Amino acid sequence: MNRSLRPLAATAIIFALAYAAAIWQFPGLWSTRVLGNFLTDNAFLGIAAVGMTFVILSGGIDLSVGAVIGFTTVLVATLIMWGGLHPLVAFAIALGVAAAFGAAMGAAIHYLKVPSFIVTLAGMFLARGGASVLSPDSIGIKHAFFTTVSKTYILFPGGGRLTVIGGVMLLVFLFGIVLAHRTRFGSCVYALGGSETSAALMGVPVARTTILIYTLSSTLAGLAGIVFSLYTSAGYSLSAVGVELDAIAAVVIGGTLLTGGYGFVAGTLIGVMLQGLVQTYIVFDGTLSSWWTKIVIGALLFMFILLQRVVFSATAPRRKVTWKA
Amino acid sequence: MNTRPPVFPSPATPPPIARPAGWASVLLRPQFMALLAVLAVNWVLFPGFFNITWQDGRLFGSLIDVLNRGAPVAILAIGMTAVIATKGVDLSVGAVMAIAGAAAAVMVTSGVPAWLAVSVALAAGLVCGLWNGVLVTFFDIQPIIATLVLMVAGRGLAQLITEGSIVTFSDPFLIFIGTGSVLGLPTPIVLATLLMVIAALIVRRTALGLLIEAVGVNRSAARFAGISARTLLLLVYSFAGFCAALSGLIVAGDIRGADANNAGLWLELDAILAVVIGGTSLLGGRFSIPMSVLGAVIIQAMNTGILISGFSPEFNLVVKSGVIILILVLQSPYAARLVQRKSAAPTSKGRQP
Repeated sequence: MNRSLRPLAATAIIFALAYAAAIWQFPGLWSTRVLGNFLTDNAFLGIAAVGMTFVILSGGIDLSVGAVIGFTTVLVATLIMWGGLHPLVAFAIALGVAAAFGAAMGAAIHYLKVPSFIVTLAGMFLARGGASVLSPDSIGIKHAFFTTVSKTYILFPGGGRLTVIGGVMLLVFLFGIVLAHRTRFGSCVYALGGSETSAALMGVPVARTTILIYTLSSTLAGLAGIVFSLYTSAGYSLSAVGVELDAIAAVVIGGTLLTGGYGFVAGTLIGVMLQGLVQTYIVFDGTLSSWWTKIVIGALLFMFILLQRVVFSATAPRRKVTWKA
Repeated sequence: MNTRPPVFPSPATPPPIARPAGWASVLLRPQFMALLAVLAVNWVLFPGFFNITWQDGRLFGSLIDVLNRGAPVAILAIGMTAVIATKGVDLSVGAVMAIAGAAAAVMVTSGVPAWLAVSVALAAGLVCGLWNGVLVTFFDIQPIIATLVLMVAGRGLAQLITEGSIVTFSDPFLIFIGTGSVLGLPTPIVLATLLMVIAALIVRRTALGLLIEAVGVNRSAARFAGISARTLLLLVYSFAGFCAALSGLIVAGDIRGADANNAGLWLELDAILAVVIGGTSLLGGRFSIPMSVLGAVIIQAMNTGILISGFSPEFNLVVKSGVIILILVLQSPYAARLVQRKSAAPTSKGRQP
């Protein structure tokens, strides 16, 4: 098996084992209903995590994701409820704002030569602050379009529902997979994550790629915000607090190397599903309190980081040989 | 014919600024200017800002309040400075604050003597820091990610300790840590000042500060130079954990309860911001503990200013992000190049015949 596929395989096997164990304890988990809800409940996280995957693949980090989601929900809500715009117009404006925001952060990271986490930290403050300045209170969205979207779904055998937002997440993952593995931009991202200096010497347009990566991440966070506003039918400046951490955890659990350069967008999907499984399991169990989610996700994160260490340090000496062959 | 382009070797980071020459040059630093500007704005908005009164055996006034409210972040910033000086970062301090507060609160409510509860809470902070240090040194994980584990799981652990509720207490010693006063000054100010003086003396009067800077500039080089980088990193992360625990005790004592969900929430970001404002390089190798404390005071002065000016507290975040962006631009290589060109131009003219 290809060496770089190992972390992905490990994640997939662990997810399969964990799901099997959960089903063994609660047979009710094995239904398309639960699977459909997995997709719907984690749609915003999954979409944001795709963007995060690209950022981490390039060796950076984006802490502004949760704040951009919160800002987008408020912006969409104000545009629809106060501005009287059609939701689709509001969505387009929100995506444009998010993209510009990401481009500005990418430019700051590249041209000011500042670590990405501090720039995106400033971005996080700005987006959260901007959202609360727009409206400190939660704004409910009442619009025929929202009702229609939340009532549209594809019914699976067994009663499971693939909702619009679940479908959007799957499409975003498909888009991310193609973008990462089949386009010039994707190759540039991997090259940048491997080594920025080598990438620049190879002719990778570092400035453009960096700006595009953060634009992509923020745009997807904006899309996640739209999905979140569809999911909750509201805009609130404090929604999706800490989602950036969940997204980072999903990416890491999905087998993407934090130092950049290795990883798969598909792994992130499994990472998101694994987090969803932990939450659903805790709900099914009923006796476990909600804080166990955080502890288990922290433990999973730790386990996968260690796993990466072990897998990559154990095979590092052989790397040259496999590449020559 | 030689086709290789000429190579001009230049240091990756600008050489550290020379040690301050005297009090005048220290007071002329941009941080002091910024603090004075913020205080002046506060004074314009609220003419009684500098009034300090003596009441019930302690000092009262807006200025004292700024220092008092700024103390938890200042204490975090002291630990964070050491970590950032080694080219690391500690995202878990907020969660460690929650753990320490929860541990102390649960222990005193179950009848354990206060001194023991406080010691255990501080020890818990040390252990949390040690855990981060072990991940960074022995497993060689990047600091952001290593401390992210505890940031995610730590709040869960704190909730596990308090069993999800806010544990309130009436233990006089814990309340004294949060709201008491020593010689007229609120305890948090005294604790933060003591910690700052001790830490600054230890790093500047011994070789420790130099060793930390060496590890921050280049860990392998420091190791080859005979510095035990691992022990040093373990020490630095444990110290950050200890500072976080102390800060957690103050916050818990202040509200007379341990709130596992909200104690220290996002304070790690404020602490990092304070360190950055203080001029410590995020790339490691140059740090100043008193300047980080000053950074924390500047942040708190801004917070207080926004509160007394009648703006909604939400503007805080926007202002903070504006400040970060300004500092990043000022610290960027472009700005440095501009300054260098200005200062280099006359000397090069003078030297050339």
